[in-house]
Amino acid sequence: MYYFLRLNRSVDERLGNLYRQGKVVGGLYSSLGQEGISVATAYALEKQDVLGPMIRNLGATLVRGFKPRDLFCQYMARSSGPSGGRDCNLHFGDLNRGVMACISMLGALIPVMAGIALSSTLRGEDRVALTYIGDGGTRVGDFHEGLNFAAVKDLPLVVIVENNQFAYSTPVTSQMKNTRISDFAQAYGIFGTTIDGNDVLEVYNTTRAAVARARQGAGPALIECNTFRMRGHAEHDDAKYVPPELLEFWKKKDPILRFERYLFNNGIMTQAEQQTIIDRITRELDADVAFAESSPLPVPAPCGTALPGVYAD
Amino acid sequence: MATTTYLEAIRQGLWEEMERDPDVFLMGEDIGSYGGAFKVTAGMLEHFGEKRVIDTPISEEAIVGAGIGAAVMGMRPVLEMQFMDFIACAFNQIVNYAAKMHFRWGQAVPLVIRGPSGGGVHGGPYHSQNPEAYFAHTPGLKVVQPATAYDAKGLIKAAIRDNNPVIFLEHKFLYRRIKEEIPEGDYVVPLGVARVAREGKHLSIITYGAMLYVALDAAKQLEHEEIDVEVIDLRTLSPLDEDCILNSVKKTNKIILLHEDTRTLGLGAELASIISEKAFEYLDGPLIRITAPDSPVPYSPPLEEAYLPGVGQVMDAARRLAAY
Repeated sequence: MYYFLRLNRSVDERLGNLYRQGKVVGGLYSSLGQEGISVATAYALEKQDVLGPMIRNLGATLVRGFKPRDLFCQYMARSSGPSGGRDCNLHFGDLNRGVMACISMLGALIPVMAGIALSSTLRGEDRVALTYIGDGGTRVGDFHEGLNFAAVKDLPLVVIVENNQFAYSTPVTSQMKNTRISDFAQAYGIFGTTIDGNDVLEVYNTTRAAVARARQGAGPALIECNTFRMRGHAEHDDAKYVPPELLEFWKKKDPILRFERYLFNNGIMTQAEQQTIIDRITRELDADVAFAESSPLPVPAPCGTALPGVYAD
Repeated sequence: MATTTYLEAIRQGLWEEMERDPDVFLMGEDIGSYGGAFKVTAGMLEHFGEKRVIDTPISEEAIVGAGIGAAVMGMRPVLEMQFMDFIACAFNQIVNYAAKMHFRWGQAVPLVIRGPSGGGVHGGPYHSQNPEAYFAHTPGLKVVQPATAYDAKGLIKAAIRDNNPVIFLEHKFLYRRIKEEIPEGDYVVPLGVARVAREGKHLSIITYGAMLYVALDAAKQLEHEEIDVEVIDLRTLSPLDEDCILNSVKKTNKIILLHEDTRTLGLGAELASIISEKAFEYLDGPLIRITAPDSPVPYSPPLEEAYLPGVGQVMDAARRLAAY
């Protein structure tokens, strides 16, 4: 797990560099400070489960088997990226890896993931669906329709709310009157809890229990992870609207540093082992950035015609 | 062969597909023990059970979203909109999720969204709409509207077997008014194939849905005036059967585009463009559109009757066109 946490942060840093070099096409959405949620929740799933990441859940796609080169190619709009340059950022999926692609419209994933959970129930499978949403995204109707649908049908769906306190520039207090988002679980008659999203082990243990519960047929869960978005909405956004003291406060709660301390203090990881992991990541990312930079851009369709694949055969 | 209503033909098609493929299931509002607002799914819960005939909360976005989720896992959901007017509530899931999925990452979404559309039953602005143009305009979707009982059964089967999201517009005015002999058992009417509903040589009316009967009625009356009218029933509105359309243009050289949907950017506008781009030199007269006016569907009977295109309008246009 530590490898993936570090990998998530390092991929994010590399993407930031590529963005500043003008090599990333379009927006870049940092997961800085929220890596623990992506990685620990993805770790709590089994192979047959399906995960629906949102744009900041880069780490979850890595745990499900996508490689850093996939992300570099995707963000650089290369033909060898998972969407072949057809869509941007984390808008890709592969159900063989149990990853459902998101769309830009917030909340839309929740009913879709409920449908994946529904297929599991209808076919008598033991597959659990897990997805994410931000504090702002919970104000979209799809969140409520999807959660209620899953609740009524007792579907194996786990929804992780990443309450990172800001929806673009709008603070959570301007988005909703009751800022304890897990209270909605009670409204829909499902399990809900609010946890420290920057405590990797708490996120893992809580998610693991909710996934096990859902798998046994006890229905959906809503886990609110309190965290903080440490950069702007996207890289173009300097986030001047965020009070500096809040950033300072949350910097001390960095999920990766806290997990490192835990690993060191409990004798689970030594400084040498940490260095080995960091060196391995550096090597891998050097190679993968080079791969992406040398990957070709996609070939357009002949003038006036559509690219193939608008329809399935 | 047995005499079957348009509605019963859809029900038969659904029933047979449910028997044929265990991955087909139905989901919608009040479709289970109530059998659907128009009883299209009557008796299906009792026969197939609650895992295959699923009642939902009033949540169109969740119905379609959950359908998409089940479809990407290899199931074949058939989702009912209680009235097609409510498909607007699920617009985001349809146009942003389902329609774009295969283009973005090669994931097929075998999904049917079906339900009653169209006017003529005094349903007012929210129970009478023809929403086909929104969806025909969206790449990645297929749009179907049967006019006959034979096609209703054959097309619903083809829609269910298709690997793309299909918007299946049933015309509620036809549900119990159309009765035909149709074959029992399995047959499929392929998507994307129009039909010459009536052969003629002086002019062609290209239409679909309930307007087919307006066109046929006008054509019959025009026989007395020695105007021989061909009628094309499009059946599938996206993708259009350009060959069938252009063949008729080349044959009769005069075209009326008739639909119940409103005028501006309706299907008639697209058909006119295709004909003018691809068969301009075959035209012997102007392309004439006969459509509902650009307004919501009014409720009161005299208002709605005047709003919907009628036989008289079609005959007037045909006379004008025949004179060229």
